[in-house]
Amino acid sequence: MPSLIEVEGLSASYGHVAALKPVDLRVEEGEFVTVLGPNGAGKTTLLRAISRLVASQGRVSFKGQNISGLSTHRLAKLGIIMVQEGRGLFGEMTVYENLLLGAYNLGSEIEKVEGRFEQVFGLFPRLRERASQVAASMSGGEQQMLAVGRALMAGPKLLMLDEPSLGLAPKVAAEILDTLGELNRNGLGILLVEQKAPLALKLARRVYVLSSGSVRAELPANEIKSHHDLARYYFH
Amino acid sequence: MTSRDTIFTRLGRYGYFAVGGAIFFALLFAFVFVRGGYLLTVMQLAMIYGVFCIGLNFFMGYTGQASFGQNAFAALGGYGTAVLCVQFGWEPVFALIASMAIAGIASVIVGYPTLRLRGHYLAMATFALGLITYDISVQWTSVTQGYMGYSGIPPLGIGPFTIEDERMKLVCLMVILLFGLWVSGRLRNSRFGRALRAISTSELGAAALGINVARYKLAAFVIAALYASASGSLFAHVVGFISPEVFGLQMVVVTFTMLYVGGVGTVLGPAVGAIIASLLPEIVRSTGRFQDIAYALALIVMLIYVPKGLSALGGLGRSRVAEPGAGS
Repeated sequence: MPSLIEVEGLSASYGHVAALKPVDLRVEEGEFVTVLGPNGAGKTTLLRAISRLVASQGRVSFKGQNISGLSTHRLAKLGIIMVQEGRGLFGEMTVYENLLLGAYNLGSEIEKVEGRFEQVFGLFPRLRERASQVAASMSGGEQQMLAVGRALMAGPKLLMLDEPSLGLAPKVAAEILDTLGELNRNGLGILLVEQKAPLALKLARRVYVLSSGSVRAELPANEIKSHHDLARYYFH
Repeated sequence: MTSRDTIFTRLGRYGYFAVGGAIFFALLFAFVFVRGGYLLTVMQLAMIYGVFCIGLNFFMGYTGQASFGQNAFAALGGYGTAVLCVQFGWEPVFALIASMAIAGIASVIVGYPTLRLRGHYLAMATFALGLITYDISVQWTSVTQGYMGYSGIPPLGIGPFTIEDERMKLVCLMVILLFGLWVSGRLRNSRFGRALRAISTSELGAAALGINVARYKLAAFVIAALYASASGSLFAHVVGFISPEVFGLQMVVVTFTMLYVGGVGTVLGPAVGAIIASLLPEIVRSTGRFQDIAYALALIVMLIYVPKGLSALGGLGRSRVAEPGAGS
């Protein structure tokens, strides 16, 4: 059975600086995979390269189908959805409008859109309360809930998240990651980029350790017991 | 609770502003309609510029792109309608629609390569488009009659029904402006409009949700061109004369001023800006030789104290909770 997503020799650069050296990575159906690494390791570039938000070289397959040449909006239509670092919300729009934009690909299938709203409001009841509030006026935690909620409105097959815990209180970050765990248990494939290793390792089945744009290790999450283990890979 | 309390509670601050604004513009319109004369012409031109600005707002306000070349499509509309009516004897309404179609096709042809550019580069490319069109309208004398301009353009109408009375022209223009605003408002809060506004905030973010950014930018550009063409045609039919200067650089400056005074990205801003920026020179005319300075000062004060435009005045001090049902 082909992987949900398989990346072979994916590389990207900013000008002459190679941010991502050829990287191999895969996520199986329903798997929770985490990419760990220090600042500047190329984690964000990896997700952006998969989403074609930056120009990249290499092969990317989705359920066995080569999707290397597809543009960002076509990848989104396939169900490859990314929650960007900094949330990428449309701040002047309301929560409701942001969520509607998440369901953009559903067009005018009202029943499906309503179903997605119910799913998202079930996971994040606070978004229902704040539906008519302008997104920029919400707290950081609520904004992150909205970012994840908006991604779920798209009905993702693979959800990629770039440091969703960034700038959040530990309790709120844990709450959001718990929700991701619940989504994964319901069969959603997740590729998480995170600096806060303890949080991410609780959920992940497999871990890739990225440093200086290269994969330093690929191992089961339960094999990493301490920061010391990680540091060993970071500076390998 | 009395019915009065209920209405006032429901209106809120924004509602007061909206009702107050509507009453102000209705009274202004009635005053100009009754008084007639030169003010009538000023108001007619304000309505025409308003139509242009609604289109410009699609591209610059909703989609967040820069264009200094929409005057090119106004020129296409103006000359298109003039040539079709005067040379070929077309009915003005059909000439207006045909000119809009020509401008729409031209905007697709021009926009497809141009909209690959971003930011300053896009602004400069569109600016060049306006300059090229101006040069063509000056040089291609066999069609445009060059600096001499085109006269004898018939007033709006169809068959035996023509609108020659200046007051009726104003009413007709107001109806067209209101229709343009209605279309703009409907589109802004539709799936299409939300996608445009998403692009305005973040092109990459919009693409990541499945929005075809290039196609939507082109669509906004075409819509802006259609409005611009309509305004060019309306100018030709209302004034009866066009020349290259009508669609020159001055038009770019004036319409930008109108858009920012009214409120870029808002539904009503283009119309409010067009009316206020058109009437302002008449208001400061009493300052004699200082009128240009007074006009500029008034604009600067507006942009400093109401940077989001006059139509956003009602939102000052408003909590950041949107109106119920907004965006539905």
